[in-house]
Amino acid sequence: MSQMIKVAITVNGQHTTAMVEPRTLLVQYLRDNLNLTATNVGCDTSSCGACTVHLNGEAVKSCTILAVQADGENVTTVEGLANGNEMHPMQQAFMANHGLQCGYCTPGMVMAAISLVKDIPNPTEEDVRIGLEGNLCRCTGYHNIVQSVLAYAEGK
Amino acid sequence: MYPAAFDYKRPESAAEAISLVNEFGDDAKFLAGGHSLLPLMKLRLAQPTVLIDIGRLADLSYIRDAGDHIAIGALTRHKDVETSALLRQHVPLLADAAAHVGDRQVRHRGTIGGSIAHADSASDLPATILALGAKLIAEGIGGRREIPAVDFFKGFLESALLPDELLVEIQVPKMSNAGWSFLKFNRRAQDWAIVGVAAWRDAGNCGVALVNMGSTPILATSVVRAIADGASVTDAAALACAEAEPQSDNNATAEYRTHLAQVLVKRALETCSR
Amino acid sequence: MGGSILGNRVVRKEDPKFLTTGGKYVDDLFDEPLLAGALHVTYVRSTVAHGQIISIDTSTAKDMDGVVAVFTAESLGLELMPAGLNKSAKRAFLARDKVRYVGEPLAAIVATSRTAGEDAAETVVVDYNVLPAVVDVREAAESTVHLFEEVGSNIVFDSMNLGAPDNSGPEFFDGCEVVVRETIVNQRVAPCPMEVRGSAVAWVDGRLHQWLSTQHAQGAHSSLCRTFGYEPANVRVIAPDVGGGFGAKIGLYGEELLLSVMSQQLGRPLIWRESRSESMVALGHGRAQVQEIAIGGSRDGRVHAYQLKVLQDCGGWVDSAAFLAPFMTRPMSQGVYDIDRIECRTLSIVTNTTPVVPYRGAGRPEATAAIERAMDLFAAEIGMDPVDVRSKNLIQPFNEPYQTKMGQTYDVGNYIESLNRVTVAAKYSELRAEQAKRRAAGDTVQLGIGVSVYVEITGGGGTGDTAKIEVLENGRAKVYTGTSPHGQGHDTAWSMLASDQTGIPMDRIEVIHGDTDLVPKGGGTFGSRSLQQGGAAVHVAAVELVDIARGLAATLLEANEDDIVLDKENGAFHVAGSPSVNKTWADLAVAKKSEGGLVHAIDFRVDGATFPFGAHVAVVEVDTETGKVRHIAHTTCDDAGTVLNPLLRDGQIHGGVAQGSAQALLEEVLYDPDGNPTTSNLADYAMISAAEVPSVTIVMMETPTFMNPLGAKGIGESGSIGATPAVQSAVCDALLHLGVRHVDMPATPERVWRAIHTAKSGVGQ
Repeated sequence: MSQMIKVAITVNGQHTTAMVEPRTLLVQYLRDNLNLTATNVGCDTSSCGACTVHLNGEAVKSCTILAVQADGENVTTVEGLANGNEMHPMQQAFMANHGLQCGYCTPGMVMAAISLVKDIPNPTEEDVRIGLEGNLCRCTGYHNIVQSVLAYAEGK
Repeated sequence: MYPAAFDYKRPESAAEAISLVNEFGDDAKFLAGGHSLLPLMKLRLAQPTVLIDIGRLADLSYIRDAGDHIAIGALTRHKDVETSALLRQHVPLLADAAAHVGDRQVRHRGTIGGSIAHADSASDLPATILALGAKLIAEGIGGRREIPAVDFFKGFLESALLPDELLVEIQVPKMSNAGWSFLKFNRRAQDWAIVGVAAWRDAGNCGVALVNMGSTPILATSVVRAIADGASVTDAAALACAEAEPQSDNNATAEYRTHLAQVLVKRALETCSR
Repeated sequence: MGGSILGNRVVRKEDPKFLTTGGKYVDDLFDEPLLAGALHVTYVRSTVAHGQIISIDTSTAKDMDGVVAVFTAESLGLELMPAGLNKSAKRAFLARDKVRYVGEPLAAIVATSRTAGEDAAETVVVDYNVLPAVVDVREAAESTVHLFEEVGSNIVFDSMNLGAPDNSGPEFFDGCEVVVRETIVNQRVAPCPMEVRGSAVAWVDGRLHQWLSTQHAQGAHSSLCRTFGYEPANVRVIAPDVGGGFGAKIGLYGEELLLSVMSQQLGRPLIWRESRSESMVALGHGRAQVQEIAIGGSRDGRVHAYQLKVLQDCGGWVDSAAFLAPFMTRPMSQGVYDIDRIECRTLSIVTNTTPVVPYRGAGRPEATAAIERAMDLFAAEIGMDPVDVRSKNLIQPFNEPYQTKMGQTYDVGNYIESLNRVTVAAKYSELRAEQAKRRAAGDTVQLGIGVSVYVEITGGGGTGDTAKIEVLENGRAKVYTGTSPHGQGHDTAWSMLASDQTGIPMDRIEVIHGDTDLVPKGGGTFGSRSLQQGGAAVHVAAVELVDIARGLAATLLEANEDDIVLDKENGAFHVAGSPSVNKTWADLAVAKKSEGGLVHAIDFRVDGATFPFGAHVAVVEVDTETGKVRHIAHTTCDDAGTVLNPLLRDGQIHGGVAQGSAQALLEEVLYDPDGNPTTSNLADYAMISAAEVPSVTIVMMETPTFMNPLGAKGIGESGSIGATPAVQSAVCDALLHLGVRHVDMPATPERVWRAIHTAKSGVGQ
């Protein structure tokens, strides 16, 4: 039997804990241990960003972090953004601007976008396009994703 | 895809980390940010049986003014290098190169030490510290030693670090008022460089190194010498590949890489000279 | 009362779920009771492109922790099955005797976790007698090494089998002052839906439940019953949320079909989800044609003859690609032009590569790319502006069916208008002036302007779809549709259609799709068919439901039916002029309770396909020293008939343009000479990101079709059809003054640099 390690991670403000194999990826912990399935896996090479969550307030790819590396840390997923029934302004901006189609890249895209605007509060279109280089989407052609992020930044 | 199974160790200090790597030898790997190693492990191109997680050694994450150079702890993240006011002032070339690494998410986790120790010639930072003439500080059981960047990169994914050594600090000389340029040529923003150039130049000297133009990052010494001898930028750039050993891959043949390196070195030196 | 909601920009009602808790995709079914205790399936795949299987050793895998079973073709008793289009070509769902591409599944591991499955898969040892790999489609056509020996050739289908003539010789161009020929490559690309394939199965009391990431649940249901002889009543297929398809998830794959067989044997539910690395070699690829084009005409710009020969690379199986060239590319090869003589022959050819399937446009982007490239080459040859050459040769505007030389009946079209609108919006003449300035100055960064005009076929092959509307006793409604969205926004669009007729508010309408128990008959979503067939069905069902309800209200109100009106504001029927005495939808549903409820189902039929059209202008900058291309602007005028919701329409165009730009500039599936894939993950395969594509300017144009009551045509594929040749053309245009005629796709920096270099040194000119 392989080694099992106890991790304790605060996820969306909730204390969570589990025994995991060291090779367990953070995204597996979120999806399989906590049933937080909004965060998706879209590739094997840290390329697509579908798994993007916030680790201590910064966007990271949860497929490239071991659960044990997040032990004791704070993780926020897209499930943790809304305030009750009121969506986060970035979520609202995506809805108002049709920034999503099939929805698969969306949770990661929203998390990446919030982190981006935190770092660059008044981004240009170019800033947004380059800033989202690590998040792939096949449906939207990115046009409305970029519009969503710009609208959010302007509305803040 | 998921990594093969391994045992996990989380040392409390650099000394303990070094002691652990001595204990487990070749089967063990240091895990810093994990953004070079974990992707390889997920594809099962790397299968270490022990991971020694040094990511929490906070005393290896710092950027300090050390007089003639800036000292950077090996576990300093790309994002902190990119946004450091100290580096923007004294080594802007390195801060800018760090801003080109991976994507934003990668830069939030990946570390300068991890990237350099991985010794990938296609990475942005190894060539950059080579151009800057940095020194690498390695710590082993017997204590610390200093390795000049020019002696650090030995071969494909191979550095001068001994198996029981940990890279702890990068010392980068201040650039004073040198002009500089980091150019990364790729097809997609998130991709590795097909060819990259890190260059700086002041009144008397210059430094030029190439990304992805051989099995190691390449110091373009012929270009440097030509500039020192008073050659024009165009003439110097023609020598860009004198030390390079470019390979062919899906993105570029060796012939095209050679051409690109010449164009980019010329452009970089022109920017430096402005 | 306000006007109709149709035609308005309505935000999507399905969005809050996707944005807050995420969609419910196949891999997210942790709370599905029927899947409790499901085991995980991992497929072992061929690592050689072409070889005879000597042995498959699964002994180590069987003994590993967590492994429950290992299956091979032999242990499952899988028989060879013939391909649809060529019965001599046969294979089994797990390779038996022979493998024909890297990634072909040859064993299945069932384990208690995904990681245990991956661990075990690594230990399976396959001994092959490696055969020479046939990778290039042109070589495959001639090769004596055959993938399917029984076929006796790698050519598995020829358009001449359909009775179509062979292409003529040079006499075809008699009388032409100018004839231009070129061989162009419409390269192999990977569809890359963000959600890879996945499926879960459970047998309950002899009944199969299969969840599937598919564009067509009802089609999958038929495939399962046809393949294994299951009783239709004993099979339920459910498409939960689907994370993109782009054509590659229309048909059912062997990996998906086999799950029910293994689950039955083990008596356990199973779940399978491929990795991206697997998906890149095992999900079907797209395009993959080599085209020989020849165009002839006179120096005044008139084209008289156009000839096309297509070599369609099918990959290592006679999959749906074998149909694409003869049944999609060939019929649309004439495009938007009035040409006296036109010929097209197609050959479908197997190679030792991943099988090719439909991909956004499926045969029409290839047809458009061929003729648009031909037009540009012709224009360049006679020194005329590409817009002028197109204008001279476009089919004149028509409002009645137009018969093409290739046997198609275009419904309505006004090609010149779309071209005029797009060139005005893109400021075409200003762009040309800027280009001239840069050329005169010898700038390093040159400007390229690419134009395309296209017509495509949507809803082809489909004859209609089903719709059912059920009004509940609380006044809410359920709309059942045979189409199956994976990002297109049917929940919103179909709610708009039903609400528009019934007055039931959109948020009180639920749209149900992709579950064969709830919607047994349906055509799925592909070929840009949904709105014009599935949506039209909902519209007609709603119109008829209102009539039925009016009759019922008349009875209940003891009034004459002709006097009853529907107050859509309040969702109530009353006698005209007496709104206070009324029957609401809820009242009517209650009244019908004993008779099975207030429900109306229809099977809506259409007579045929529709033909959307449009024009694109792409602008690129080319760094002539490095060869790097930047796509900096894109303007489109796409006419897909009457628009239901411009928000959704624009979204479809944006996505298609990005995929078109991606094919023109970035993406290509590559193999080494031994057939090993070298682009099998998203780090190596240059899937386009936000940083490589510009924002899109969309010019509206709506010419309603008479083929359905909505006046709508399909819009899902127009973007990729129009954008791909426009962007490629822009690259070639940027280099025209340097002597470059043609650059194949993708226009990589090296390819562009070589084209310039070759032209400069005069080689080949």
